[in-house]
Amino acid sequence: MSAYRDKDPLIHGIQSKIRVVPNFPKPGIMFQDITTLLLDPKAFKDTIDLFVERYKGKNISVVAGIEARGFIFGPPIALEIGAKFVPLRKPKKLPGKVISEEYILEYGKDCLEMHVGAVEPGERALVVDDLIATGGTLCAAMQLLERVGAEVVECACVIELPDLKGRERLNGKPLYVLVESR
Amino acid sequence: MVEMFAAENGLKGDPRLQAISNAIRVVPHFPKQGIMFQDITTLLLDHKAFKHTVDIFVERYKDMDISLVAGVEARGFMFGPSIALAIGAKFVPLRKPKKLPGEVIAEAYELEYGRDCLEMHVGAVEAGERAIVIDDLVATGGTLSAAIRLLERVGAQVVECGCVIGLREVKGQLRLNGKPLYILVEPREIDGC
Repeated sequence: MSAYRDKDPLIHGIQSKIRVVPNFPKPGIMFQDITTLLLDPKAFKDTIDLFVERYKGKNISVVAGIEARGFIFGPPIALEIGAKFVPLRKPKKLPGKVISEEYILEYGKDCLEMHVGAVEPGERALVVDDLIATGGTLCAAMQLLERVGAEVVECACVIELPDLKGRERLNGKPLYVLVESR
Repeated sequence: MVEMFAAENGLKGDPRLQAISNAIRVVPHFPKQGIMFQDITTLLLDHKAFKHTVDIFVERYKDMDISLVAGVEARGFMFGPSIALAIGAKFVPLRKPKKLPGEVIAEAYELEYGRDCLEMHVGAVEAGERAIVIDDLVATGGTLSAAIRLLERVGAQVVECGCVIGLREVKGQLRLNGKPLYILVEPREIDGC
């Protein structure tokens, strides 16, 4: 599901603040830069408010954010809805005992880690990141949470690249985005 | 360098500080032998204590005319944006090399062994803006010092650095270019050590 509607001024305001940087990190990629959104206090607040409005009062006790841009959006949402924030990190960053989930990249593999004991079985969780592309990272994040018995209620991203069909890699879990970029 | 602990600067006896300290976990010998790592992820799991942390910084900075909160990657990202949102300031991420997609300026700094580098987007900050820098912990001050230099190079005024955890004395001088440093709690020790 996408919040994008031609006539919704809040969404339009948010979308207009996202900067596209061509050929980053490599030729052919049109990078969706959210740092310019963070420079506009009203647009940044609107972004968080839209997610908070959707998730408040839904008994969500965990917001998991994917390193590093998920760390920018996840904690403000967690604080507002009364949930804990759980960082999902690249290998060797988390100091305590972790569980790991490998995932496939375009060339090669990467790995996401979560602290053991951060999440309890039966907890209702969100996964937050700035953007969904192929869905590989979000899928790994969901796996981590489900492996410890949490229920992933939804994945939430500011931006979706629908042409990359990441939505289909989420094992049927719902995806909520504010902005689509084609 | 002026180092200020919250308990000695208006928050003496504030029960929130004890709750914050209690929520921090010490992980011995991470990332290497001898280091007692101050893990704030357990603070993030404690909604009340996490909220207290943000609230204390917000109370301090909301009337200081701050237009910009800079956060140091990656744990500064967990605290900075919430503070920025509450005080109506922009949030500027300061990142390791090659992460920011646009044109950047870079500042190198010394590590115990070797060097590292912090980058900021050109145009994120305007001359004359009043800024704070946020990170989870200050040790030698090398990273914060690089952050201050980046902001000053583009003409911002760094009003203060805010950290959740800080050592009371770090091998003599904290390298913060004369800027004030506001710290909520001291590092925890392992019980029985």
